[in-house]
Amino acid sequence: MMSVAGLLGTVGVSGWQWIVGNRGEVWSRFLEHVELTVIAVVVGFVISFPLAVWAHRNRRVYAPITWVAGLLYTIPSLALFVILIPITGLTVLTAEIGLISYTLLILIRNIVAGLSAVPEDVKEAARGMGYTNGELLWHVELPLALPAIMAGIRIATVSTIGLVTVAALIGKGGLGQFILEGLQTFFQAEILTGTVLSFAFALAADGLLLLAERALTPWARGRTTRVRPFATPRKAGFPVT
Amino acid sequence: MHTFGQVFQWLTDPSHWSGSDGIPVRVLQHVEISAVAVAAAAILAIPIGLLVGHRRRGAFLAVSIANVGRSVPSFAILSIAFLVFLNVAPSFAFGFGPTVTALFLLAVPPILTNTYVGVQAVDPDMVEAARGMGMTEPQVLLRLEVPLAAPLIMAGLRTSAVTVVATATLAALIGGGGLGRYIVDGFHTADTVKVVSGAVLVAVLAVVTELLFAAIERAATPRTSSGSAPPPS
Repeated sequence: MMSVAGLLGTVGVSGWQWIVGNRGEVWSRFLEHVELTVIAVVVGFVISFPLAVWAHRNRRVYAPITWVAGLLYTIPSLALFVILIPITGLTVLTAEIGLISYTLLILIRNIVAGLSAVPEDVKEAARGMGYTNGELLWHVELPLALPAIMAGIRIATVSTIGLVTVAALIGKGGLGQFILEGLQTFFQAEILTGTVLSFAFALAADGLLLLAERALTPWARGRTTRVRPFATPRKAGFPVT
Repeated sequence: MHTFGQVFQWLTDPSHWSGSDGIPVRVLQHVEISAVAVAAAAILAIPIGLLVGHRRRGAFLAVSIANVGRSVPSFAILSIAFLVFLNVAPSFAFGFGPTVTALFLLAVPPILTNTYVGVQAVDPDMVEAARGMGMTEPQVLLRLEVPLAAPLIMAGLRTSAVTVVATATLAALIGGGGLGRYIVDGFHTADTVKVVSGAVLVAVLAVVTELLFAAIERAATPRTSSGSAPPPS
């Protein structure tokens, strides 16, 4: 095992030298990675939010919406990126269509789960005070659903950061571009740079969004340490929290 | 749009259904790599999850593994595994070794976390009642907690299997086999029809995996009086 550590150490040192020597490109690839991720999550949220509110109000549409989102989510990322090449070419649009598709299921599920967890008597009280449906949504349901929504945004962001690296094959991989180039030219320092930086970026984003989540929803502190399962059973249908 | 007609032709061309680069061989490689990784992960993760969940301790461990598991970029973990193999056992570096290792690492968190959450979420009163009826600890685990946690454990297995089938596509980028070969080879020879055909095959395989595991999951769900699964925690 010493030799493993030693060899990776050697690669690590040359990786660091490589980063220093190419800091301009590393920085621009990092910015590209951030940009691709932010666009995907923001657009994904803009699409998911109305769908989730609709599904929350009308439970019959929840199953079909999550079925379609689930189908998109199941298609392997590399496959989805390249299937789009004949239509949209090697463009940012191709990458974004794939990335956005993967955020939908995560975001819709979490937003609906958050909204449907609002206690019925709280909503009843608001209605009794004369709140309209719109006011109820904005002033009562959304604030109470915020922890679940933020958790959804966090998971969507972190998984998007990972998927961007796969988009390297169509030339829009951010830090993942280093991994692919390194694999093609057999340059270990570059592979290591790409993997370590993309992993570090994912962990940092996860941590930052967790802090934001806690700052925005101080009342939910203590509940956030609960372990969320990766997937809930299919048969359960409508999410129960 | 006429690419898609060509894709249909490519997929139905008999010459693509035989030989070492034929569709049956590539599908088999893909399934083999995925099955080995998921089986190994299940053998390791289910017992650990059951034990930690039964003791109702070690939540920190489960949270950490779940969080790290969720944030590891799959392409990055595959490349790291490739680098390690390249430096330690170069002759195994292309394909099977690093791919199975990386897929195994990706498959563990969903199975482990879901098993832990499923067992740990069983009503403590029920566990007390079972103990009061004279059940031993292994009986409490196997006859009460495991059946109640089964739907969540199966959901974890499904998530792992689908992730692994999807990620096994990337094996082609480090010289491995499987259906990703068509995508990567087609890409380097600018053969869009081959690329899209490979992508269609992978997508179909992933959806079939999802449906298969969803069916197993339904079979594993105990039928309660209301006919529905116990609510997830």
